[in-house]
Amino acid sequence: MRRSTSRRDRGSDRPRRSRNPSDRLFRGATLGFALAILGLALLVAWQLFIHSKLSREQFGWSFLWTQTWDPVAGQFGALPFIYGTLVTSVLALVIAVPLGLGTALFLAELAPPRLSQWLAFMVELLAAIPSVIYGLVGIFIVVPWVRVHLEPALSGTLGFLPLFRGAPYGVGFLTAGLILAVMVVPFITSVSREVLLAVPRVQREAALALGATRWEMLRMAVLPYARSGIAGSILLALARALGETMAVTMVIGNKPQIAASLFEPGYTMPAVLANEFTEATDDLYLHALIEIGLVLFVVTVLINGIARLMLMRLAVPAGPVKR
Amino acid sequence: MRARPYALRKATNAVALGLTGAAAALTLGILFAILAYIAANGASALNWDFFTKLPAPVGETGGGLANAIVGTLKLLLLASAIGIPVGFLGGVYLAEFGHGRTGFVVRYASDVLNGVPSIVIGIVAYTLIVLPMKQFSSLAGGVALGIIMIPTVVRSTEELLKLVPSNVREAALALGVNEWKTVLFVVIPTALRGVLAGVLLSLARVAGETAPLLFTALSNRYWSHGWLEPTASLPVMVYTYAIAPYDDWHRQAWAGALVLITMVLGVNILARLGVSRRASAS
Amino acid sequence: MILKSLRMLLVPAALFTVALPASARPALVNGAGATFPYPIYSKWFAEYAKTDDKVNFNYQSIGSGGGIRQVTAGTVDFGATDGPMSDDQLKQAPGELIHFPTVLGGVVAVYNVPGVTGTLNLSQKALAGIFIGRVTKWNDAAIASANSGVSLPPNDIIVVHRSDGSGTTFIWTDFLSKASPEWSKQVGKGTSVNWPVGLGGKGNEGVTGLVKQTPHSIGYVELGYAQHNKIPFAKIENAAGEYVDCSQESVTKAAAAAVATMPADFRVSITNPAGSGVYPIASFTWLLVYRQQKEAVKGAALVRFLRWMLRDGQRFAGPLGYAPLPPEVISLEETAIEKINVPS
Repeated sequence: MRRSTSRRDRGSDRPRRSRNPSDRLFRGATLGFALAILGLALLVAWQLFIHSKLSREQFGWSFLWTQTWDPVAGQFGALPFIYGTLVTSVLALVIAVPLGLGTALFLAELAPPRLSQWLAFMVELLAAIPSVIYGLVGIFIVVPWVRVHLEPALSGTLGFLPLFRGAPYGVGFLTAGLILAVMVVPFITSVSREVLLAVPRVQREAALALGATRWEMLRMAVLPYARSGIAGSILLALARALGETMAVTMVIGNKPQIAASLFEPGYTMPAVLANEFTEATDDLYLHALIEIGLVLFVVTVLINGIARLMLMRLAVPAGPVKR
Repeated sequence: MRARPYALRKATNAVALGLTGAAAALTLGILFAILAYIAANGASALNWDFFTKLPAPVGETGGGLANAIVGTLKLLLLASAIGIPVGFLGGVYLAEFGHGRTGFVVRYASDVLNGVPSIVIGIVAYTLIVLPMKQFSSLAGGVALGIIMIPTVVRSTEELLKLVPSNVREAALALGVNEWKTVLFVVIPTALRGVLAGVLLSLARVAGETAPLLFTALSNRYWSHGWLEPTASLPVMVYTYAIAPYDDWHRQAWAGALVLITMVLGVNILARLGVSRRASAS
Repeated sequence: MILKSLRMLLVPAALFTVALPASARPALVNGAGATFPYPIYSKWFAEYAKTDDKVNFNYQSIGSGGGIRQVTAGTVDFGATDGPMSDDQLKQAPGELIHFPTVLGGVVAVYNVPGVTGTLNLSQKALAGIFIGRVTKWNDAAIASANSGVSLPPNDIIVVHRSDGSGTTFIWTDFLSKASPEWSKQVGKGTSVNWPVGLGGKGNEGVTGLVKQTPHSIGYVELGYAQHNKIPFAKIENAAGEYVDCSQESVTKAAAAAVATMPADFRVSITNPAGSGVYPIASFTWLLVYRQQKEAVKGAALVRFLRWMLRDGQRFAGPLGYAPLPPEVISLEETAIEKINVPS
């Protein structure tokens, strides 16, 4: 529904600048609102920057690689949260990339176009489900299932790996990663599907004419062509996973630690903000939390920027409307 | 192709394509499983009280989330009052005049805002509104949601206005119609249905936001009057009730989730139908 | 169609916001803080609303740390905590804050050990060992020695603590610091500490929920949460070496010693006192109220509520798992209420 065909056919034949005062007023008014958006983005960055002053001055760059999070002693390091955010997001991608890409291939290549559109819409509904509802389902359904079935099964079969050792808590990195995976699948599927559909017919026909099977055609002619678009979709999914708050907060276990096992409880940057922001008892504590917000801001801005650059070349809109 | 037996290649083909089908089935299966769980758990807890009563004191059963439902609607109203005009007019600028450097910068800023995790917007609303006014309020919550709405409204407006063929604009301008009249009375009405669908989708999205409300709107066990008092909202109540140990609260959390998801998915489907009808009509 | 549905969505919201303030609107006094007394505060505010239709008290249980933070920042009208504010914290507040004890409560060690039906006895040493991460199995000698006849499973102990700044944590770590020099040195006491082991749950609600859901777990919550959710809790060894059940009686005994020496600002710790039959992990819980109130209506309402709480409110304490205040403390508080200045 958002595929744009006309984007390229509007060339330099745009109406020229008008000298009519009412036109200039209109243009000025819309420009004002556009600049307000720019101002808002700068304001967000500025607020995060000035309100993390104490923490930045106290800890400097070591904030990023210090492990201690000790509000009693006033020692704050963000490493366990950065670690938790990375582990859960990477785990989510490990699951979501094959799932999302497989779904996209099916929708773009195998399903009849009409059906494909509806199925794609339904996959996007996964992105529309509010985060807190994923958390609710997580607490009452996924956590018990992971504790009783998945974790014992994993430690029974793959227990020789440090990743799958330890007591089955149910809450922890593994559960958070699983839920995040479901939440980011629609981002991979919907963007990848658009990218795949944008691959020119001749690419496919040439491969088929050479006697390739359908799969060989996809693997050798279509996927390489769509590679950077798919990479873009994965980065968008990553950005989303990094910033996801409620669902993760409800199942991560809230323990700032760096642990090898995926069964262990952990903590993520957004989760520590959700839990501790209202109750930071002194200013340094509050500023340390806001600095975590600043780190999160910088990281997501960077990743989104790269993803959009990759997609811009293909003129494919970036992701479902929900981020 | 390398010299691999045809049968093997055919088998690989079948397995690989079968796996993509399985992936699609799993993805859709998860969606339906989630919806079914919520429908099953939520429906049994929904009753008239849920829509009309205030929350009961801790430990007592019964009560409802009437204030949270109204609170969510109030927050959405305020968010719309901020997000729609700024996002829409900003989108108009980008679509109609945003070809130069300003357009690029604004588009990038809007993307940045879109990428910022919603909890970070909550922090900013806290430092900008809650701290100076010295109170948690619907106002702060609504502003946070409004900021989150802006980039999605910008993007859908820009994309849909750009879909309007340039000969429509040229025809109007050739008739001697002013640029602003052309945009307001020719271009925008042509794309209106799609733009509204975009607005609805962005509303549906912020309706489920929890994180930015935790330290802006806070929550409230009573009715919230005006804009300067803390207010309950459905997502925050679902969160509070879900992590509490009381069975009756769990039931209400499921009921709240059902109401929330019906609102959100309903609006999504509505917007989708609106757009596809436009597509088939043209 | 879309336009119409948009209207459908917004018009009721607009109507509500317009219609509601038109009816007689009670003032809203906002408070936030401890989750430990949340059940009784919630009950009190509901009961009090029946006797006074001019005011509603909205209390959000965000944790004691949050209560201290938000009352200091002035974003709420009163705070609540179960760990008294430190001198430093009091200095940071923009005005003089008065601590008003409201009820007494005990913190219990709740556990979820499949197969164990009776009440476990936990020594101070075992408890500190579990929470510091040295006692890791349920059948460890440190636990088994005080529980002869109970068959304890060989499973790992899953420790559950608070993830938020919490007065319950303050009481718990205050007790552990007194019980174990090692704890005192390595971890210390506070509303949030650097936990050696375990999962974090948000609020007493969250910890109760996690323990209820997680087999082989142990956590600490306010007595009422354990009772209401029918989760077993341990008898704890007190300073006299007895294993004591947490009850209204044993908590009241813990306060008895403190009554004679109650400081004028009510900031007192009553964990691990000497004496027989005393439950060692108990505390007062406090409301934090500014001496100089800013608004006449809200200030007057707060004073009315405090008086009601001391006279009529105390009878709700027992059924919810708290112990009412000793009469001596009530009369001291009634004097303290007089110090609150309400602008006219």
